[in-house]
This record gives sequence, structure tokens and C-alpha cells, in this order.
Amino acid sequence: MIRDITLGQYYPGGSAVHRLDARTKIIATLVYIAALFVVNNFWGFLIAAASLFTVIAISRVPLKFIFRGLTAVFLIIAFTFIINLFMVDGRVLWEWKFLSITYEGLQRACFMAVRLVLLIIGSSMMTLTTKPIELTDGLEKLLNPLSKIGVPSHEIALMMTIALRFIPTLMEETDKIIKAQQARGADFESGNLLSRAKALIPILIPLFISSFRIAQDLALAMEARCYHGGEGRTRMNQIRFHRGDAAAAVLLIAFLGVIIASRWI
Amino acid sequence: MTIEVKDLKYIYSPDMPGETTALDGVSFDVTEPSIIGIIGHTGSGKSTLLQHLNGLIKPTSGEIYIDGECITDEKKNLTDVRRKIGLVFQYPEHQLFEETVAKDVAFGPKNLGLEEEDIDRRVRRALYMVGLDYDEVADVSSFELSGGMKRRAAIAGVIAMEPAILMLDEPMAGLDPQAHRDMLALIKKVQRDMKLIILIVSHNMADVAELSDRVLVMSKGRIIMDDGPHEIFKRYDELSAMGLSVPPAAEIAQKISKKVKGFESNPLSIRELADDIEEFRRTKR
Amino acid sequence: MAYINVEDLVLEFSKYDENGKPLEPKRALDGVSLSIEKGSFTAIVGMNGSGKSTLAKCLNGLLLPTAGTVTVNGMDTKDGGHIWDIRSNIGMVFQNPDNQLVSSIVEDDVAFGPENLGVEPPEIRKRVDEALKKVDMYDHKDKAAHMLSGGQKQRIAIAGAVAMKPSCIVFDEPTAMLDPAGRSKVMDIIEELNKEGITVVLITHFMEEAAEADRILVMQDGRIIGDKTPRELFADEKYIHEAGLELPPVIELRDMLGMDKKILSAEELAANI
Repeated sequence: MIRDITLGQYYPGGSAVHRLDARTKIIATLVYIAALFVVNNFWGFLIAAASLFTVIAISRVPLKFIFRGLTAVFLIIAFTFIINLFMVDGRVLWEWKFLSITYEGLQRACFMAVRLVLLIIGSSMMTLTTKPIELTDGLEKLLNPLSKIGVPSHEIALMMTIALRFIPTLMEETDKIIKAQQARGADFESGNLLSRAKALIPILIPLFISSFRIAQDLALAMEARCYHGGEGRTRMNQIRFHRGDAAAAVLLIAFLGVIIASRWI
Repeated sequence: MTIEVKDLKYIYSPDMPGETTALDGVSFDVTEPSIIGIIGHTGSGKSTLLQHLNGLIKPTSGEIYIDGECITDEKKNLTDVRRKIGLVFQYPEHQLFEETVAKDVAFGPKNLGLEEEDIDRRVRRALYMVGLDYDEVADVSSFELSGGMKRRAAIAGVIAMEPAILMLDEPMAGLDPQAHRDMLALIKKVQRDMKLIILIVSHNMADVAELSDRVLVMSKGRIIMDDGPHEIFKRYDELSAMGLSVPPAAEIAQKISKKVKGFESNPLSIRELADDIEEFRRTKR
Repeated sequence: MAYINVEDLVLEFSKYDENGKPLEPKRALDGVSLSIEKGSFTAIVGMNGSGKSTLAKCLNGLLLPTAGTVTVNGMDTKDGGHIWDIRSNIGMVFQNPDNQLVSSIVEDDVAFGPENLGVEPPEIRKRVDEALKKVDMYDHKDKAAHMLSGGQKQRIAIAGAVAMKPSCIVFDEPTAMLDPAGRSKVMDIIEELNKEGITVVLITHFMEEAAEADRILVMQDGRIIGDKTPRELFADEKYIHEAGLELPPVIELRDMLGMDKKILSAEELAANI
């Protein structure tokens, strides 16, 4: 179901993780993702996974909720796994015609899959524990220094706010359009690639028109509510660094150190 | 054409935090061409039921037979099902996509794999049925039509599949009074001329009262009442306990009988209520 | 002077042919004049395309007159310097509950207006809480907007307007896409806001809703063809028929029975049986 996609969803709560400044969480997530690519052995992954699950435990977001987000990207993970499995040369473990699995390939495939799983869980932890508006405010503040060289930080943040708000709406709309065209006998499942691509037209055009209607309505509604760019705007929730953020920063540096050290285990 | 629904159950995202029972043992059958109104609170399972009948959703358990043929069977070819059963979604005009009205109406028949000639005949007939002039609208973009006309063109797209059963989800929603009246007349005419079974989901009790030969009341995924409109709308208190209303005529009759001793009326329309009041005045005199 | 003054308002939409050449413009409003007093409750009825939504969008400067003037509290909507003043004074709620919420979370959306006005953060917090309580959605303040029902979304949109502390709110068919339960709740809130002193302009197809107003404007083809109290209007149904509208059921019954044209409610009607 479309509602199952957790990426970009927020899980309300008051845990220490929830209370962290959005900027801390954005930076921590970026550092975590980078760390995942520094890791090159079992121990490193163990440390990365353990750290992530500690954060999840502190956040009190149910595991069920987190894993549900993974089902949506299962195919991508499986695909990456298989590609890596067959594409690496080395000590052959198994062979059949032109296919062969090597020890190195198996290891690389497992590492890649674990890396992806941790990456997705890690980034969904950021969105699950941060209100969308805080996330975009945080992003805006982080990008602010760049606005001097012409990066439109406010506009980027607003675009993200609107995207996060309308993703579920457009997903529901897509679901409805698909069903409506199916009810008129449209077939999206059979035929060759070309006829399948053509079968998408009856979905894409109404979806496109819907998006335009939404954009038009929303623009009017925003104007009516006095939106006139980022200048002079205030925020209900001021994001501020607290002691928790300082602690998080220390832990983050420690984590990064351990991860780098793990390369030589 | 007959519909037989047996103990239909449907559970959304089973074993997940969002698990909800959308249908909880729905059974009913229809044997005659007629208009059947389905009413119920938002989330009572009305739309889910319609989507089951069209094979868009597979039930968790239970069966649906159309003309004695089981459509919930795993192996059943759904194109055949949809050939017999048309479903018009809420705001169907949002699904129009072709360059011209005629092409859009032809989309369904084309998917059925019909001959050009047959398709053309069906498009003409469907547009005629919904009260649009073929010569006037056929080559026009559907986006240039008025709201009410767009809706009718979208309905024509389903009628052109020449189903024996037509299901309409809130067909009157958002129309202005004139377009609303036109739509009521259209539904009656389509039913009469094409001898269809029409299932219609609506929140507008006046419309349900005016159109239906029979009314199903749904609550929490079950059918809790199944009777003629007079009998259903008599049960004023039960309906309002469920947060449902009755047709305005019945509501006014309620208010009057509270003030006027001995007056009783169970009207579906203002006309019926007026007749009852005149009758009451005559007997009192 | 009245709070809102509209004088000889004409609004035309430019049209172009396929080659981008200008065609005869479409006239959506054709000489509309009216004034709306502070604290009043005005309903505007008319068929689709009669110009009622266009008129609504002229009141807060979302559309600017082709000819004629619109003034709010003495400020001309054409005067660019006053436009934000005008819009913060005249809130607006639109038809589609899905397409007017900007933020994913309820309270953040309500805060959007005051944030744009540059209100101080603690004051925004206060206004948001008050507005949410007013529409009876305070318990949902942390919820995701897309998980709410249509009626609830519409109440959030109303809270969003209320949080800007406007003196007037224009409702453009706020109940057209709602179920009966959602509709009656939204109508209750609108009446409540009016009782608290907010000027209400309500555009609607539903005559029962228009009947709650002090005054009903009937529009057709970009003109106001009737400007009456509900009692006057329902005593003289030729306006209603002319505009392609429908009489409220009680009035229809009254006329079928040939009763006194002054009758407006079921109770009044019962007394005449």
C-alpha cells in the first residue's frame, strides 16, 4: 500500500532524539551516511548498526514502523545484492554456465546490502523524529551562509515543505487514477515494454493536470495568507542548539573516530 | 443479470499498525434491474464495497457472483468482469485524458478490443445517454466543457463499455443546483433505457430517496439495514444515532409532527409531504 | 463608509488563440457594486460561472479590477502598498480542503499566516493554540494533515485564517466537497465566528446555508441580480428560479401548500396547519 512508505513521515514523540535540533540531526545523518562508506569490514558494520539501533531505542519509534519503510525499497536492495554477487572476480565458490559466485562477491554483496539497509533506516530516523517544518527550517539555516553566493535557501526549504506535504496527496491521487482507468479496462500489466509505456499515458496526463490544479490552488491560498517570500518572516518554533545537541556532537565525533579506526581491525 | 455477495470481508494492511477491517461480513443480492442506494458514514465501507464488485480489490474472504459466475476466483479474468460492471469514481472528470471527448469515451470500448465501427456506435450512444450532443462535443477537448458536462462525459466513458451493472460513487458531489438536477434525471434515464442495475453511493439523502428502489445502510463495514426507501427513512432515530441524516422532507415532517398533534407522515419528497399535509387538513375539517 | 466597498467592478480575463493573438476577453464581472458592513454575514449564491468566486477573489486583491474599485477599510486593493494589510484583514478559505494546507503538520500549517506577517514567535504560538481551539481541532495539533478527513482539513484551513486575526473571512464554497457531518460542523464554526464579530462573506450553492446569513446576494452572468434578506428573497422566488438555483425544502413545501410567503421555518409552517 502507498501509505506504507515511511520515508518522509514523522512519528510524533518527545524523546531525546526528537528534541535534538534539526540541524544536528541533518549533519549527524550526513556523517552517518559518509561513515557507512568508510566502513570496510564486519566489525565496522557491527559498530554502525549497534549505534543506529541505540539511537532507535532512545527515540522509542517502534521497530515495526521503521522496517515497514524498508519493504518499499526491498527491490532496490535485492537488485544491488544480486549485481554485486555476480560481478566480482575472485575465489570461486559456485559456478553454473556463465554465472559464478565468488567469495569476494558474496562479501561485497552482503556489505552493500547492509550498507543500504542502514543508510535507509538512518535517513528515515531523521525524518521520523523531526517535524517536517523543523527539518526544512534546519536545512534553510544550514544553507543560509550559502545564500550570499546566490543559493536560494528559503525557497529550497519551502519547496521541501510543500513536497513533503503533497507527496501523500499525490500518491492517493495516483492510486485513484490507476483504479479509475483500470475500471475502464486499462491494462498495465501485459504487453511489451512499448505498449506498457503507452498504457501509462492515461495515468500520467490526469496526474499532471491534478498537480497543476493543486499548484494553482495552493499558490492562491498562500497569497491569501500573505506569503511574500522569506523576507520579514518569523517562525513559530525557533530552532536552537541545546545541551543535548552538544552531547550529540561529542558522541558523533567519537562514533566517527571509532568507525575510522575500525578499518584497521 | 444478478449480483450475489456472500460474507465479504476485507482487512486493510493486515498485521500492521494501520490494520483496519473495512468490510466485515457483507452479504446481499440483487436480482432485478433497479437503483440501489448505499448510504453510510464516511469510512463505513461503501466505496470499498464498490471496488470489490469491480475486482479492483480482492477480498480477504468471501465471494461475489455476477450472473452466477464467481468473480473473486483467483483465476478469473478481470477484463471480463469490468466489461459487465462499470464503476464511476467520485469526481470522475479528473480521469479524463484524451485530446477530444469522443476519444476519451472510446477509451473503455477500445480496451475491450472492439471493432472501430462498434466503438463509434457505442461512443455515439453513450454521449446520447448522458445528454451530450455528439456533433457538438465529439471533437472538442474535454477541458473546455463546463463542470457538469465534464462529469457527464466521464460517465459516458463508462457507459460506453455497455455494462449490465453501473456503480456510481457520489455522482452529484460538487455540482451546482442545475447540474445536480440534470444528473438526477440522467441516472433515472440511463437505468430505464438500458435496464441496468445501478448501485449509487451518496451522502445526499434527498437524492437517495428520490432515486432508489432499495436502500442499503452500511456501518462499520456491515450492512445493517436493507429495505425500501420508505421503510429505511422511517427509522429516523436509528439513522441519526449513526450520524446519518434523513431526506429534508422526512426531517421537516418530524418537526411538524412534534408541533401538530395527530399528524404523521413518512415522506421521501417534498411533494409527498405536501400531499400528506393536505390530506391531514381535509380529514381534520 | 462601509468596511468593504465595491464600485462598478468589472473583471475581464484575457484570452488568447493558439498563436498567442489576443481574443475578445471573457468578462467575469460586469459592473458589480456593493458594500459590506463590519460584523455582517453576507451570502453570495449563483450558478457555476456566475462570477461569485471571482468576486470573492477581488475582495482581498487576489484579482485586481479591470475597471472600478474595491476598497477595504478605506484601502484600495489596487494600491500595492496596502495589499498585505488588506490580505491580513480579509482571510480566505477555499473550496478544496486538500489543496490549501501548506505544511504537513496541523499546527505548523496554522502558523503559516502569522509567520508571513512577521508576528513574534510566542504570540504565534498563542494565536495558533487559540485558533485550533476555536475550530475544535486542538487535540489534533500534532497530526499529519493528510491523515485528516475533508471536514477536519477544512477546519484547519479556517484556523489558519483565524490565526491571522482578520476582521473579515471570505469563504469560497467551503462545504462543497464535504460530507454532511463535515458540512454542518463547518457551518457551525462560521456562524460562531460571525457571532464573535468577524465579518463573514459566504459563497455557497446550498440555500440552507445561505439562509443563515443576514443578507443574500444572487449573482448571474457577472452581475448581482438580487440583494435581499433571506426572508425577502424566499418570499419572492422568481430571483431564485431566474438564477437557476433551488429553494430550500421548507420554502418549496410552503409554496406547494400555498401558504403565507413570510414563512421560513418548519416550525412556522407547522403553526399554520
